[in-house]
Amino acid sequence: MAKRGDVVIDIEKCKGCEVCISACPQNVLAVASEVNNKGYHYAVKVNEGCTGCANCAIVCPDAVITVYREK
Amino acid sequence: MSENLIKPENLVYKKTDVMTDRILHYCPGCAHGTAHRLLAEVIDEMGIQNETIGVAPVGCSVLAYYYFNVDMQEAAHGRAPAVATGIKRVFPEKFVFTYQGDGDLAAIGTAETIHAINRGENILVVFINNGIYGMTGGQMAPTTLQGMKSSTSPFGRDVKTMGSPLKITELIAQLPGAYFVTRQAVHKPANVRKAKKAIKKAMEYQKLNKGTCFVEIVANCPSNWKMTPVQSNQWMEENMFPFYPLGDIKVPEEN
Repeated sequence: MAKRGDVVIDIEKCKGCEVCISACPQNVLAVASEVNNKGYHYAVKVNEGCTGCANCAIVCPDAVITVYREK
Repeated sequence: MSENLIKPENLVYKKTDVMTDRILHYCPGCAHGTAHRLLAEVIDEMGIQNETIGVAPVGCSVLAYYYFNVDMQEAAHGRAPAVATGIKRVFPEKFVFTYQGDGDLAAIGTAETIHAINRGENILVVFINNGIYGMTGGQMAPTTLQGMKSSTSPFGRDVKTMGSPLKITELIAQLPGAYFVTRQAVHKPANVRKAKKAIKKAMEYQKLNKGTCFVEIVANCPSNWKMTPVQSNQWMEENMFPFYPLGDIKVPEEN
């Protein structure tokens, strides 16, 4: 079984470009219906499928995603 | 619900401290942010934060000095390789890089770029090619593709009157002063990993004192291409990559 992971998204820095969403192999991320202070629909985690592969974080132009993975 | 994974020992990826905490001014989905981060990560991994001097261009990335936690110098439009030449000659033991867009490097700064590289100045040039002038409102750049629409070529670039797109990277690869020339992209995880390796290699070659290293990053410009970031990455794959194929163009001979 794949290792479990988790992501923390700095929603105030997120610009809602959705590049992370198409990069996630597990379809864990989606766009929030709410907006941040700048008016962007930020990315959110919508399920527990994260494996901590960090693909979302390495394509994020604004470096807003921090990734954790169980040891 | 399972136990909390968010603890320091489980950390696999976080923003490097070589980038400042400022919010980038770039548009959503712009490849500049990713390229900045890769360069910062390479500097972090090599432990050369105190020995690196960057030269920022004019263009969208004119404010690059806000985002790198290293010594930075702003250059006049297109003159970054000339300024970097001076810095490197005064501080030959420092790692010097320039970060330039296509309007800066391939248009107004062509002379400085070609001559600095022809002299084999021992610097790293990072070239962001999005085929358009981003900051000033999407005008046609030398690298704009044939038939591509921009605000100054609204019916598409016509090569008869406007010339052909300039493959500046291939041009530079022919110069004897160029040591390592490569073209990469940063729109997908695999490309990001490859681009980071290329930047790292280029930065490490600077220790050898063998000539200029040149890393082109083919980039998107969602705002001026008038697409969403994901669409622009798709468009880049379909249109930019056939004309600007990814891969190493000049690699050092093994000896």
